[in-house]
Amino acid sequence: MARVLIDPITRIEGHLSIELDVQGGKVVEAKSKGDMFRGYEKILRGRNPVDANQITQRICGVCPVSHGIASSKCLDAAFKNKPNKNGMLLRNLVLGANYLQSHILHFYHLAALDFVDIKAIVNYKGGDAKLLAVKEWVLDEIKSKKGQPDEITTAAPFLPRYEGDFYIKDQTLNVDAIAHYLQALDIRLKAHKMVTAFGGRVPHLMGLVPGGVTQVPTRSLIREYRKNLKEVEEFVNKVYMNDVIAVAKAFSEYFKLGKFTNMMSYGLWDKDVDAMKFTMERGVYVDGKLKALDTSLIKEQVRYARYNSGSDLHPLKGQTEPDPHKGGAYTWLKAPRYAGAGMEVGPLARVVVSYLSGNAFVKGEVDGLLKLFNADLGAVFSVLGRHTSRAIECKLICQEAKVWLDELEIGKAPRSTYEIPEKGEGEGLVEAARGALGHWIVVENKKIANYQCVVPTTWFCGPRDDKGTPGPVEQALIGTPIADNKNPIEAARVVRSFDPCIACAVHVVEGDREIGTFKVC
Amino acid sequence: MSFNRRDFLKIMGGSAVALGVSGVVLEGCKKALMEAAKRTNVIWLQAQACSGCSISLLNAIDPDIASVITQGISLNYHQTLVGGTGDAAVSVLENAVKTQRKDFVLIVEGSIPTKSDEYCTIGEVDGKYVGAREWVRELGKNAKAIISAGTCAAFGGIPGAKIRETGDNPTGAKGAQDLFKGKTVVNIPGCPPHPDWMIGTLVDFLTTGKLDLDEYNRPKKYFGRTVHEQCENLPDYKRGRFAKSWGEKGCLYLLGCLGMDSNCDIPRRKWLGGVNSCTGCGSGCIGCTEPVFPDTGSRGIYKHLKADAGEIMKIENADIRTAVLNLKNGGTING
Repeated sequence: MARVLIDPITRIEGHLSIELDVQGGKVVEAKSKGDMFRGYEKILRGRNPVDANQITQRICGVCPVSHGIASSKCLDAAFKNKPNKNGMLLRNLVLGANYLQSHILHFYHLAALDFVDIKAIVNYKGGDAKLLAVKEWVLDEIKSKKGQPDEITTAAPFLPRYEGDFYIKDQTLNVDAIAHYLQALDIRLKAHKMVTAFGGRVPHLMGLVPGGVTQVPTRSLIREYRKNLKEVEEFVNKVYMNDVIAVAKAFSEYFKLGKFTNMMSYGLWDKDVDAMKFTMERGVYVDGKLKALDTSLIKEQVRYARYNSGSDLHPLKGQTEPDPHKGGAYTWLKAPRYAGAGMEVGPLARVVVSYLSGNAFVKGEVDGLLKLFNADLGAVFSVLGRHTSRAIECKLICQEAKVWLDELEIGKAPRSTYEIPEKGEGEGLVEAARGALGHWIVVENKKIANYQCVVPTTWFCGPRDDKGTPGPVEQALIGTPIADNKNPIEAARVVRSFDPCIACAVHVVEGDREIGTFKVC
Repeated sequence: MSFNRRDFLKIMGGSAVALGVSGVVLEGCKKALMEAAKRTNVIWLQAQACSGCSISLLNAIDPDIASVITQGISLNYHQTLVGGTGDAAVSVLENAVKTQRKDFVLIVEGSIPTKSDEYCTIGEVDGKYVGAREWVRELGKNAKAIISAGTCAAFGGIPGAKIRETGDNPTGAKGAQDLFKGKTVVNIPGCPPHPDWMIGTLVDFLTTGKLDLDEYNRPKKYFGRTVHEQCENLPDYKRGRFAKSWGEKGCLYLLGCLGMDSNCDIPRRKWLGGVNSCTGCGSGCIGCTEPVFPDTGSRGIYKHLKADAGEIMKIENADIRTAVLNLKNGGTING
């Protein structure tokens, strides 16, 4: 048995490492380790509840919109408030725009470098000016850095990388992918312009508040949003979807890898101000059956996490007493469970729940792709199932966003007003791009008495639970073939397909024990 | 970098200043182009970060981020963008420390936990986990400049905020400058910092080798004036038109806007190439470029919407206090 450590897992948000036991060229055991803590929940206590809207956005710079909206909804519930219609639509519009940037960033800039041979640019023979500039840059780097102390970083940040015979072989496909990597940088920027139009800025939106947003919808901002949406939609339909299909064709074995089958979705794209009807349905898929969601069944367990506080607690009663050197614990991530079971959350979970709920758009898209690959529904529970689900969602958002824009009442209030009550409790559920996100608040004396966030990444990257059952990513890694223990790219592909975001998986830490420092060299 | 004159001037001083450009600045522009052609090595390290500063950098418009990465700088290490994973990635950092490289700029994103290295580790060297603090300290020894990107790396930010009950901080999160006594760390705060501030400061440093900094080591050209002085809503303030709830027209002071206490040029520069701004979208400034963020005084980011007289009496500026009290009693402000 060989211990293979991947530390850090790069091209994700935050600090994550994976420890594998590899036997006979296959993963037999895996540990997922969250390596960073800040203590946000402790910092939130005693503050003005509305501050949570800004503070929780800083949990993650990739999906601040989801945290801002989860927090707004949580405060709305605690304040016994509801957004007005404009507020609900504007929340959908900023969240939708950030989904587009997040999914496009994930596929092209985070995941694709595991499949694409970036070195193929050196042999580029075409006439595209941007690609020629990149080619010239790489050749110049090789020439100027040869023998220099920084030779190791020739053509950084793309090199060095895992080396082996596991990248795309087709020259045209590689070059197209590199061109689309560059194009996608510009497209994700346009998606962020859409967020900024109604959110004030991004990341960390100014405009998300209880009751809706602060930006009054104007004709010119709607025009700005629509103009960018058109370009993003064209990219999604003509480029992104085709690239996902091309990668899936070249790496079809990844329809069988990274398997996990419990799925949970809080429901996405509010259709009413009560947040009970959604464009993508709410539900839990467990033991092969679709069930209704009951959030009272959510508990967090800490046997293998570095906390010595109570385990198996609902977030409203959540405690987080840290113990950096707790025996047997190997991560700062807690293990959330739904009715005792681990859950995958995220685009695949939303697509599966929607598909089984009879969602016509999702059914059409999924069935079309399954036919293309001559596969049955079982194939979606995989690495490629996750990548294709993101592209399907982008198509849906581009379609829906036009409807939301049309429904906006121009010049009318973008939010409802509220009073902070002496006491209250609230639950705010939303779907972040990478999965189900919940915020829970207890208000006392108009201040925060308790605030807990259960985030997508703790759902899928969390450790073993109190019974010793591994978390979803840990289970999904088992059986993954590893051809070369020094270049375990196959495991990295499985982990990245989930789109982990470790900064989100933050819990409270305190204590001042100094561990010994050691020299790096 | 692949700047043209217009791009360069835009970043350097904002478009208004660019109109009155001098020959000296143009000379600087040429020099920057020459210097930047050498493609300065950059090691970008994330400690207790949320990646928001990195995402903001991706939103660079003039020049666009693809040109910055492939033609402007050599981004040797950046956790979110590097091709390499695990050993293939961390070998770059190890190599820089072992060979005592001196030919790079170190950019730090996120605060540094000082109570224990366990709170943030990056990679393993010789079977031991290495704390972010250790990397920053070792790399910072030889770096030709250390730049803190964002308020966390500059001043601790939200991870460095106080616990209300105890006044303590969970992880002892500090800004990078706390690790380097006697050495200047350039701070580009903001939560997030504007991409122009980050790229502009880098180019400015490469051009001149020095930067004009304020008392908090922030480049004066971006942080020299208050938000209030440059605010889109300043005419409303002067005429005494105050918004009473978010989304209303008027100066946002009554809703907790911190524009008078905060320095940066966002109302003029705006986000994402002019799409919107913090004060322009009806929210007000939350003071994210300041060392006290998010504990501005004892009030936090937002005060309660309906401020009571006691809270208003805590406002330090006597003129504003009187004006706001007048407003509360139905009066108007004439500024």
